[in-house]
Amino acid sequence: MADTVLFEFLHTEMVAELWAPDPDPGPGGQKTSLTVLESMGFRVGQTLGERLPQETLGFREELDVLRFLCKDLWVAVFHKQMDSLRTNHQGTYVLQDNSFRLLIPMASGLQYVEEAPKFLAFTCGLLCGTLHTLGFQSLVTAFVTALPACKFQVVIQKP
Amino acid sequence: MSQEFNRGPAPQQNKDLFILTYGALVAQLCKDYEKDEDVNKYLDKMGYGIGTRLVEDFLAQSSVRRCHSYSEVTHIIAEVAFKIYLGVTPSVPCNNSSRNEFSLILDKNPLSEFVGELPAGRSSLCYCSLLCGIIRGALEMVHLAADVTFLQDKLKGDSVTEIGITFLKQPEEKKYRRKK
Repeated sequence: MADTVLFEFLHTEMVAELWAPDPDPGPGGQKTSLTVLESMGFRVGQTLGERLPQETLGFREELDVLRFLCKDLWVAVFHKQMDSLRTNHQGTYVLQDNSFRLLIPMASGLQYVEEAPKFLAFTCGLLCGTLHTLGFQSLVTAFVTALPACKFQVVIQKP
Repeated sequence: MSQEFNRGPAPQQNKDLFILTYGALVAQLCKDYEKDEDVNKYLDKMGYGIGTRLVEDFLAQSSVRRCHSYSEVTHIIAEVAFKIYLGVTPSVPCNNSSRNEFSLILDKNPLSEFVGELPAGRSSLCYCSLLCGIIRGALEMVHLAADVTFLQDKLKGDSVTEIGITFLKQPEEKKYRRKK
């Protein structure tokens, strides 16, 4: 779809120009600040979350929200559902996309695995921002083992 | 997963994603650069990068015929490219005075759909500089050098948004992209 192409190209330019490694991992390796790309994704995720149909805002269960991210949000943004969702039922979820749209143009397999995180920062922020609008604080990180598959780990922060 | 979810993305949501992301980008650049001209230049540069790649996608998607004049090229940008990517069709006023200067008039600019007005202290910001860069980059890939700037901007109080395209060479032996 043409509109997605525009977003994908814009995303590529943004990664090329704006990505910077997290300058201050903090004690124990925990991220203390959002990178620029993540914070942009967060803003967009928040606004996307606000524009969702009203019935989706009535979630009670955490798991329902995550299912919603895997289905509705992922379809709206990436034209496909998340391929799998796993949880330890204690607030940690792993969302796996076997052919993540923003990684497909890069490569297939193990080449560029080190470069891949840059292309996931915005989307991590997006997930975080949408969750925020739906009432959940979260920490989202992404992992790539072989392109174009990737996993997003979502840890819901308890108040 | 038992819940009923939407069947597929509404086209509106896709466009929203691009527009919202662009808004976040402009906001970020305004944080990084104090001067409006620097933000404009940066957006134009990013747009150029996008345009050089977008033109391939455009040519693959549309079945544009070979162009024989700058006027034709401008009409295709307005009536085909803008339509495909932004869902709007700028008008191209008849230009008798010059053979290589054209305008695209946008009554509604989708990029600034969610922008009410320019932020305070940013009166020289050309919010949609990306578009100028995209057009310039795309044209350059088909060997048409051009200057592309904003002549009018609704966000600055003008009645319409007008993009000016000035082709830099007189029509002579030009190389056009062939349709396969």
